[in-house]
Amino acid sequence: MPSLGADMEAGTLVEWRVQPGAHVRRGDVMALVDTEKGIIDIESFEDATVERLIVQPGARVPVGAILALFEGEPTKVAAPLAALRAQRVSPAARARAAQLGIDPQTVKGTGPQGAVTLQDVEQAPASQGPPPSPAAGRAGIRNAIAVSMSRSKREIPHYYLQLSMDLRPALDWLEQFNAARPVPERLLLAALFNKATARAAAEKPGFNGYYGKAGFEAVKPVHLGVAIALRGGGLVAPAIREADQKTLPMLMRELQDLVMRVRAGHMRSSEISSATITVTSLGDEGVDVVYPIIHPPQVAIVGFGSVVERPWAIDGRIEPRPLVSVTLAADHRVTDGRLGAQFLARIRDLLTRPEDL
Amino acid sequence: MSGSTAADPALGAQILALLVEVAPDVDPAKVRPAEDFRQQFDFDSMDVFSFATALHAKFGIDIAERDYRELASLEKCVAYVAARLRAQESPATALKS
Repeated sequence: MPSLGADMEAGTLVEWRVQPGAHVRRGDVMALVDTEKGIIDIESFEDATVERLIVQPGARVPVGAILALFEGEPTKVAAPLAALRAQRVSPAARARAAQLGIDPQTVKGTGPQGAVTLQDVEQAPASQGPPPSPAAGRAGIRNAIAVSMSRSKREIPHYYLQLSMDLRPALDWLEQFNAARPVPERLLLAALFNKATARAAAEKPGFNGYYGKAGFEAVKPVHLGVAIALRGGGLVAPAIREADQKTLPMLMRELQDLVMRVRAGHMRSSEISSATITVTSLGDEGVDVVYPIIHPPQVAIVGFGSVVERPWAIDGRIEPRPLVSVTLAADHRVTDGRLGAQFLARIRDLLTRPEDL
Repeated sequence: MSGSTAADPALGAQILALLVEVAPDVDPAKVRPAEDFRQQFDFDSMDVFSFATALHAKFGIDIAERDYRELASLEKCVAYVAARLRAQESPATALKS
């Protein structure tokens, strides 16, 4: 069971997409796993042949447990399976928990060896506040956001910087680019924002990577998390991998594909767990500025507000210009305001020459 | 459905199917034809883009960026696509007559 987020402890196997004997390639979807972030497609880490499926659909297993065996790796089974430490839940408690829409693994067990009993489950909603809505998936996402953002605000000393940028060059370039192309080949401004952020993150040290027990670990490729709002509430931020290396059309296609799959409930394991820095854009909602919260264990997040036409002083004259406020929230354990300012300025400079993005 | 989609129910149904294709989390039974998608289901610029892409592929019409606003609701969209299809057919009609 791969970790699909810093705060994930376990997941429930929903369905196998492969059978023993099947040959899988790296990136092929092997199974569907239910997590707090919804159903995730679990991809193979390597090219291999499936020897045996260890975990049955419906089973909830902790992160690190072996789900299946590939041929030629027989010794790897015992240890991780022995480490299975998912909370014991009595069958009656599990059934009642499903009825109530609560996760029995979150209930404190009072039975033998700490097992969760029927009584524990029935008392749980009272101690946890109002019972969750029937939209259990939505509640799961809300909970995942709560855990992650609480941890962020508790542990990460954020600092915030904001820079207003004139988007005239970027918008002019975009209009020309799109006018010459049929609908499917056009770009959205979001693709430019994503590319500029990914490039800046690749060039400026201290913003791309993870903060773990040993401190900050810089990462070379930029796996750009993009915050995607779900209709009716909640959001997830899966990654576009190696975004700094991709062309604008490639980034646009991937972003479009990602948004549709996320909203259809089909994220891939490699996307959900790997973001090294995140971008959030609230431009469609009409707000001027977003002050984002870092997604742990990342150390930076960049926010884009709405593009609005405002007076802008240029060469001693006042002109109407399409402006956007770009914010950086970064981890003060890793970088300081000066580096942060350089990072934002780099994004601005890249957006000033969109033809080079 | 009501309003102008009633004038061309077949086209309305086709467009509704495309809408659900690009926004699979939208319940087609709950779509109100006259109301903007943005208000009904938080349609954002990516949704509009994906929807325009799907309309382009299905009907073979080119949709200029400035026309995206014509796709804002089901009613507007049906009217826009119908007009574009007529515009494409009219040269052929002219030849026949």
